[in-house]
Amino acid sequence: MAQDDHSGTEIAAADSSHAAPAASPGTALIAQDAFENPGFPAHRPRVTDEDPKREKRAQRTVYTLFYLSIVGSVWAIAAYMLFPMESNNVGDVRLNNLFIGLGATLALLGIGFGAVHWAKSLMYDVELVDERHPIGGSPETQAAAVKVFQDADRESGFSRRAVIRNSLIGALLVFPLPAVVLFRGLAPQDQNPIELLSHTMWKKGTRLALDPSGAPIKASDVTMGSAFHVIPEGLQDLEHGKLDEKAKAAVLLMRLDPKDLNELPDRKDWSYDGIVAYSKICTHVGCPVALYEQHTHHLLCPCHQSQFDVSNHCEVIFGPAKRPLPQLPIAVDDEGYLIAQSDFTEPVGPSFWERH
Amino acid sequence: MSTATTNAPQKRSFTAAASVYVNERTSIAGFVKELGRKAFPDHWSFLLGEVALFAFVVVLISGTFLTFFFQASMAEVHYNGSYVPLKGVEMSVAMASTLDISFDIRGGLFVRQMHHWAALLFVAAIGLHMLRIFFTGAFRKPRELNWVIGFVLFILAMAEGFTGYSLPDDLLSGNGLAIINGMIKGFPLVGTWMSFLLFGGEFPGTDIVGRLYTLHILLLPALVVAFVALHLVFVVVHKHTQYAGPGKTPGNAVGPPILPVYAAKAGGFFFIVFGVLALIASLFTINPIWNYGPYDPSPVSAGTQPDWYIGFADGALRLIPPGWEFVWLDRTWSFNILVPIIAIGVFIVLALMYPFIEAWVKGDKREHHIADRPRNAPTRTAIGAAGVTFYAGLWAAASSDLLATHFSLTMEGVIHALQAVVILGPFVAYFITKRVCIALQKKDREIVLHGFESGRIVKLPGGEFIEVHEPLDEYERWRLVSFETYEPLMLRPNSRGKITFGQRLRAGMSRWFFEDRIAPVTKGELEAGHGEHH
Repeated sequence: MAQDDHSGTEIAAADSSHAAPAASPGTALIAQDAFENPGFPAHRPRVTDEDPKREKRAQRTVYTLFYLSIVGSVWAIAAYMLFPMESNNVGDVRLNNLFIGLGATLALLGIGFGAVHWAKSLMYDVELVDERHPIGGSPETQAAAVKVFQDADRESGFSRRAVIRNSLIGALLVFPLPAVVLFRGLAPQDQNPIELLSHTMWKKGTRLALDPSGAPIKASDVTMGSAFHVIPEGLQDLEHGKLDEKAKAAVLLMRLDPKDLNELPDRKDWSYDGIVAYSKICTHVGCPVALYEQHTHHLLCPCHQSQFDVSNHCEVIFGPAKRPLPQLPIAVDDEGYLIAQSDFTEPVGPSFWERH
Repeated sequence: MSTATTNAPQKRSFTAAASVYVNERTSIAGFVKELGRKAFPDHWSFLLGEVALFAFVVVLISGTFLTFFFQASMAEVHYNGSYVPLKGVEMSVAMASTLDISFDIRGGLFVRQMHHWAALLFVAAIGLHMLRIFFTGAFRKPRELNWVIGFVLFILAMAEGFTGYSLPDDLLSGNGLAIINGMIKGFPLVGTWMSFLLFGGEFPGTDIVGRLYTLHILLLPALVVAFVALHLVFVVVHKHTQYAGPGKTPGNAVGPPILPVYAAKAGGFFFIVFGVLALIASLFTINPIWNYGPYDPSPVSAGTQPDWYIGFADGALRLIPPGWEFVWLDRTWSFNILVPIIAIGVFIVLALMYPFIEAWVKGDKREHHIADRPRNAPTRTAIGAAGVTFYAGLWAAASSDLLATHFSLTMEGVIHALQAVVILGPFVAYFITKRVCIALQKKDREIVLHGFESGRIVKLPGGEFIEVHEPLDEYERWRLVSFETYEPLMLRPNSRGKITFGQRLRAGMSRWFFEDRIAPVTKGELEAGHGEHH
């Protein structure tokens, strides 16, 4: 059987040239009196084919390039030793990078240009013409392939024994599912993302502290027009999950003239003498909204240019974000330090499906 | 075969002996005989795919070196390497080991920079290669599937780039991941959990760098290597396309033989690509993470840009007008994230399917091995120009802030202008390109019919000045007349006397494609032209 198949394909391949049926040209216009292909123009010899001096020179160029490549490699090795960078000096790193790099460049370009020049100027300048054959092969080959599948189907009963086939398809569809389920382990089992996204480290009485030093901030230190990057006090002392908490709890603190503040009625007591605190995490896709324009009271997200108006409870005035930045209600404790009245009253950062 | 070798003369060169030894154990002679002297068509634009392939090889070589030193861990350490300004700063092991590669391992910075530059070149070369394929119609039968494979490679290359960019765990890459996190969370139904699973808990967590590392050095490279291999197998099976020219027919492939000329040129070209990347890496800094510092969710620097190939996606996010997010059915629908993703998805699917759409419109079942000149397929070229404009608009939007600051424009003005470019620009580009193509075809016709301007001015006896036009030789002429046009599909009822919706659609598309067309000059036209004076 196997032998038959082999001989069959070889015969088919041998006489494939005249067996291909003409394919439909579709809506192509085939002109009756189109020009005929004039055939190949006469071969034009290169200068190196005709002038022995030029040939010599090309040869000299090629081997010089290859020798230069060797020089480059040796240079790169020497540079590795001659330009140490263990001095804690950035300038030495630069020299090491530059000279190893230039040596490697010479080594590589020498080989590259040498080989291409050799091919273009010295190797025989012949063009070959290959016949193309239909990609699908001959009709005989195609028929033989169809027959293979028909034989396999008949011998296995794949079509005939539908019950067996369908149960196998069912089993094959289901068997990867346990592997998919295993990937639940990518995240901890005992945590619920919706729960986690709804809360931050802020709670009643947490002092507002400077980012990154962690020093608490006195209301009297916040001068008119200033802006502070703020974290909850105690964040820097966390054993682990510091960045996770910071990614939700980062806050911008600004002091405006109370006349400029247009506060919502239910948030009248969320600020303190013109000092307001807003989440720093953009409500678009979660970049830090770090740019504050003092005279317009606008916050700008550098990632996608959403702009928030601090004097109007951080509502969006431009850009792809929809929701205002969440406000952190603040107050002052007995010692004059700024504290949070509570956690944020809504999830901070980018929107998610379960948020409402 | 064995009898032939026993009869061989006593004195045999080492090469001959070695090849016989290898062949008798591998049967490689048939392979060499089949492929070694294949003609490989030659043109500068065919090098773009080679640049992509060779850049990928450089990425593999340099990346393998980097894996010996990089540690994909997010455990916190206090940096204690040679870079003084960051001494004592808390950062992840990933960031610290990347700094060590840059400042404590001789030549490490060189390899790291070469890896990054090569990755940028890899994606850029794929993009240019795809444009070449598109505009010359090299995706037509039998190469449609190879277009799809190439497209998959383009997407894999971008995924490779993004995962690699995120590994050093510096401020820039961390912000990139924050954006990805925000985008994933915007997906309906599954977004929150997808983000939770990807980051191993809350963002940023301590797992993501290790996971991206596995994708970056194992899964994605395996896929890229497999698809590259498949892509090249198809190039061998199909033989390369060639441009129209005297002697070249749809039934032949003309070019230097693979051995030795093509191999020497392509092999040499690999070293040239490698060498140019080495030169760039030794002269130009890229991704100086020591200036950015370790990732921290709070700071961010203004004017930072993603690697170029992510720009179009980032730009798409920026162009959404305010307010495209709604609460409906007690759930959040983030259309400010979904619309860019869907728009890019539709764009990618249309580009991916284009070969099949064009083939269906034409109904042409023949194999095509002669690459079109872009002007000779005006509608396709115009569609391509529209697609390029759409992409370029999105891409420019990723630098909207820099455009505003560098040219002293308002942020809002730049965004509104780019919104117009993305929506209206493709139509303008389509119209202009189609007219330019048709005008160029008319020019070609005129040159064939009336010859080219010789620059020789003659004064006629009547005092009139004319420029003498010289006729083309038959080889030059062949380049200008050897193409085909298609006519719009005639709507005809099928065997049951009905005109189906599919046929109507096809006829409409066919009219759109081929209503305006310029046919190549025929022999009859040229002779008629000679008959009439001048």
